[in-house]
Amino acid sequence: MGSYLPSTQNEQKQMLEAIGLKELKDLFVDVPKKVLLKDSVDIKPGLSELGVRREMERIAAKNTVFQTVLRGAGTYDHHIPAIVSTVTAKEEFLTTYTPYQAEISQGVLQSIFEYQTMICELTGMDVSNASVYDGASAAAEAVMMTQTRARERVFVASTAHPEVIETIRTYCWGREVPFELIPQKNGLLDLSALENLPADTACVYVQQPNFFGLFEEAGQAAELAHKAGAKAIMGVYPISLGICKSPGELGFDIAVGEGQPLGIPMSWGGPYLGFMAAKKDMMRMLPGRIAGETKDKQGRRAYVLTLQAREQHIRREKASSNVCTNQALCAMTAAVYMAAMGPQGMAEVAQLNYEAAHYFAEELGKLKGFKRVHKAEFFNEFLTECPMDVHKFEKEMAKRGILCGLTVDDKLLWCVTEKMDKQAIDEVIDIIKEVSGK
Amino acid sequence: MKLIFERSVEGRRTFQMPASTFPKKELPDALKRKQQARLPELSEVAISRHYTQLAKQAFGVNSGFYPLGSCTMKYNPRVNEVVAGLPGFARMHPLQPKDTAKGCHEVLDRARKVLCEITGMDDMTFQPAAGAHGEYVGLLLMKKYHEKRGDTQRTRVLIPDSAHGTNPASAAMVGFTVTHLPSDSEGCVDLEALKANLDDTVAGLMLTNPNTVGIFDPNILEITRLVHEAGGLNYYDGANLNAIMGWVRPGDMGFDIVHLNLHKTFSTPHGGGGPGAGPVGCKERLRPFLPHSHMGEERNADSVGQVRAFYGNFLVVARALTYALTLGKEGITQTSGMAVLNANYLMRKIEPYFTPYYNRICMHEFVISLDKIKRQKGVGALDVAKCLLDYGMHPPTMYFPLIVPEALMVEPTETENRETLDDAAKAFGQIHQMIQDNPDSLHDCPTTTPIGRPDEVGAARNPIVRYSFPD
Repeated sequence: MGSYLPSTQNEQKQMLEAIGLKELKDLFVDVPKKVLLKDSVDIKPGLSELGVRREMERIAAKNTVFQTVLRGAGTYDHHIPAIVSTVTAKEEFLTTYTPYQAEISQGVLQSIFEYQTMICELTGMDVSNASVYDGASAAAEAVMMTQTRARERVFVASTAHPEVIETIRTYCWGREVPFELIPQKNGLLDLSALENLPADTACVYVQQPNFFGLFEEAGQAAELAHKAGAKAIMGVYPISLGICKSPGELGFDIAVGEGQPLGIPMSWGGPYLGFMAAKKDMMRMLPGRIAGETKDKQGRRAYVLTLQAREQHIRREKASSNVCTNQALCAMTAAVYMAAMGPQGMAEVAQLNYEAAHYFAEELGKLKGFKRVHKAEFFNEFLTECPMDVHKFEKEMAKRGILCGLTVDDKLLWCVTEKMDKQAIDEVIDIIKEVSGK
Repeated sequence: MKLIFERSVEGRRTFQMPASTFPKKELPDALKRKQQARLPELSEVAISRHYTQLAKQAFGVNSGFYPLGSCTMKYNPRVNEVVAGLPGFARMHPLQPKDTAKGCHEVLDRARKVLCEITGMDDMTFQPAAGAHGEYVGLLLMKKYHEKRGDTQRTRVLIPDSAHGTNPASAAMVGFTVTHLPSDSEGCVDLEALKANLDDTVAGLMLTNPNTVGIFDPNILEITRLVHEAGGLNYYDGANLNAIMGWVRPGDMGFDIVHLNLHKTFSTPHGGGGPGAGPVGCKERLRPFLPHSHMGEERNADSVGQVRAFYGNFLVVARALTYALTLGKEGITQTSGMAVLNANYLMRKIEPYFTPYYNRICMHEFVISLDKIKRQKGVGALDVAKCLLDYGMHPPTMYFPLIVPEALMVEPTETENRETLDDAAKAFGQIHQMIQDNPDSLHDCPTTTPIGRPDEVGAARNPIVRYSFPD
């Protein structure tokens, strides 16, 4: 019913006449008769705006929107300052494409340049690209950046996010690159496995904080990688960087991560933002778009997409990656978020997450059967035991409007963000007491 | 214009966290960051004005005509944005228990059903985040298919020389080697060259149809048959699907794998270069190899794995479904019909000034070449594109496809009205006159934009890719 077509029937007829044709069908002369559809495809008639909205709202209503989210594991329920979505909803940003025509795209190009700078500052790196699809694909692209003829073998932390591990595994299978997992002990990487890395090692991938929320001896892992002549990649939770050591400070060559926590709604998994930054010597290996500063003919400061000799539209099968589009609007979202927070706000939100999670862990620890599984220091996620069947526990909590920690085998991986204050946590603790009977 | 860092004043704030209500707890010193990130410090009004200024120097579909060939810059309906913003979608955690996310699964199921019907495929994954990501998944399916059959010597992919650069780049990422197929004089697949290259080392063919010069390959059934006979698979690059929806289906043409660009054909906004979505459809025999979310879905033993976290760019799929439901059966067919009509109408309107490179009925886009004019008058595709900026429109795609010298590729889309097309044709006419009268003046274009032509060579030679703080 809705069609977004401005041309009236009459105009359509006139336009066809103007090019010497009678009906739309005449335009499809090159389609073999055998496969030309006689009566379109088998889908329902169209809906009005009101009708489609009603339909989609009906579908959305089948979902449960939790007011209390105590689950992270790759997607985080952080507060999004109001300024963020109002900026990115601007139609000029929403409806434009990759800024190929620099003269009319300075706004987009400058915003990417600013985003790149902020990511460099946050990660302690020299250069950043304009983003890739998400944290997992950023990790896989980073691994591919380190590939050389003599060095292909990839070592991935078994304590990284399972979907990140699986994504890297797929990319390695595709390119026929040897893939190995670094074993763990008590929730942390067993770094002795990195003592004598083989000579064909391309890189070591470590996640900080790791999937269980724990801080790895990341700096030492980077050192061991370097000792073997390999590159060190760190996947990092950007909110933690408000107070925690940056990948740059820890000696890593490449920093990647999921940018969703920087102002992007949870969105059932996407669209998200893969950020990627590296030390200067790896600049020309970065995949995807990069904005750079230059001058126009009159000497005015200008921004362009640059270093395009790396990219698929120039290099084709010899390109550093096939990445074409990035997640520009998500990158802008992250930039507005970081600008709204400022250095002070980033430190505050990180500190608040750290304190909230530790308070919750402590209170939870007072209940029977919710003992922490690991001893190591954590940021805002931690694994506990569960005194009853985890799925039953999850269900009972859901009934009370709470998305509890993620079930990992018979344990629970909790996450607490700044959205929870002391009162909210105390209330949740009471509910857990009731549900678990402890 | 000032950079956001140049507007920063130490101590200015926008968002402030509420005071902590928890017992004070310090991070161990060894884990503490020593160098603070130099993020900008601004008031909220300053941020708001900064981005409003930037928006004034951006050009979207809402700003004006955007006939960027191959990118399908159609109007992005607003109701799609409203739907994507519903808390029932936007506030969903991807690892919620399945029975609390029935609506999300329903969105994927219904989108799968509609898109499979439109493309003639049997199943579809929504994991790929973009067109190139979809190509990558499609090629992984191809690789797995041959591997499972023990046909591992099939490592060659045939790609026409007119293809998008992502095609060969994606092939390289799955360890395939690329054989470039020459195009015939009509820009279509050279059948003899195809036959000469088919043997038992061919994994498959990657093809866009209509192709990148905007022509529907009339030999398509012969082409896909030949590849199948040689044991290869046919991959359909869905970049140009907007030309044929409701008229003909890739599945009926003999394709086994299809990727779609929801941000092109299904009207989701391009967002300055993403997020898009590149779902991949396939025929029954490839279904066991589709990617899956390791934590969210049952693992299929033969799956290629996963190429990103979770289920894909879900909110983009929700927008695309909204669009498909709005259009429905008739709307889908009309949309493609009008996309093709608008292109042919504009091509004929421009013809008196610039002859189409392939002078015949085109599909949703057409290509002109400035080659002759460049040799005679020194004015090339770049000059004409830059001159069009002064007419308030976004230029066509330049220098693509590679098989057409000095190419400009024009794709008006169906959402433009006749006046817009007439005005664009007029602009081309005036530029043509300028070329006759004063060709050199075109080298100075554009003159009405915030900056003139930037020094791209300098940018690449001496890369400045981040702000340097004065210290």
